[in-house]
Amino acid sequence: MTVYLFYLLSFIAILSALMVVFSRNPVYSVLYLIVTFFAIAGHYVLLNAQFLAAVHVIVYAGAIMVLFLYVIMMLNLNTYNEMQKANWLRFGAVVSGCLLMVVLVGSLKGAETMQPGAVHDANIGLVSNLGNVLFKEFLLPFEVSSLLFLAAMTGAVMLGKKSIRS
Amino acid sequence: MQAGAAAGSAIDYIPIALMFIVAVGFVAGTMYVTHILGPKRQTRIKQESFECGIEVQGNARTPFSVKYFLIAILFVLFDVEVIFMYPWAVNFKQLGVVGFVEMMTFLAFFLVGFYYIIKKGALKWE
Repeated sequence: MTVYLFYLLSFIAILSALMVVFSRNPVYSVLYLIVTFFAIAGHYVLLNAQFLAAVHVIVYAGAIMVLFLYVIMMLNLNTYNEMQKANWLRFGAVVSGCLLMVVLVGSLKGAETMQPGAVHDANIGLVSNLGNVLFKEFLLPFEVSSLLFLAAMTGAVMLGKKSIRS
Repeated sequence: MQAGAAAGSAIDYIPIALMFIVAVGFVAGTMYVTHILGPKRQTRIKQESFECGIEVQGNARTPFSVKYFLIAILFVLFDVEVIFMYPWAVNFKQLGVVGFVEMMTFLAFFLVGFYYIIKKGALKWE
């Protein structure tokens, strides 16, 4: 049952990820990316990381996707000038893509010997366990992260307000 | 690849999966049925974006103000803040007063940021 779910979710994730790359309309790409995120959230549930699944749906599929849509709408899509790419640019893209492929294959070949889930507690990803760890063991990083958020807020307001004034 | 112990708790999520399937299925089914059942009288005026409204000027593909983007970024930050509250709320009794103080410290930094945003007028619509 779990294995079939895994295959189904992987199929959905890979198919929609391919559609992200291949669809011509960038807005369709974003919609397919949402489907990919939901499939990955399903993977998290299968891996017993339910909090991660919920975060993935709320933050990535909910909030980050809104930012993506805004960025796409800020681009000027009236002029379809993306087709006329120089040949050297295409060649560079192919070369860098092949290099990334080599890196991925190389790292995955090394990962074959690893035994995931053998040493870990299966319930480590549940919300209550995560809360226990987060608020006791990793308290300092948790509090420091709020400083990071403060910096992010200030930066966003600084940049956003400056571009409004000009 | 998954142990049997892990499958036991993923099973609990079948109602949520069913809810997603029903939600998507309802939307898709309604759209399909209305396309099948509804009458189709397509004229040039019917195809316009605002059939009964004012005249359309230009198209929808215009770059818009960065103000929306600023609001969205601030929304993401506070969204993440709320997410940190879930593990805290689940363990609220267990963590006790110490956990409460920890969370209030966390929220205090956010309130400083929120005060800055309000003072700077980032949420004001000029």
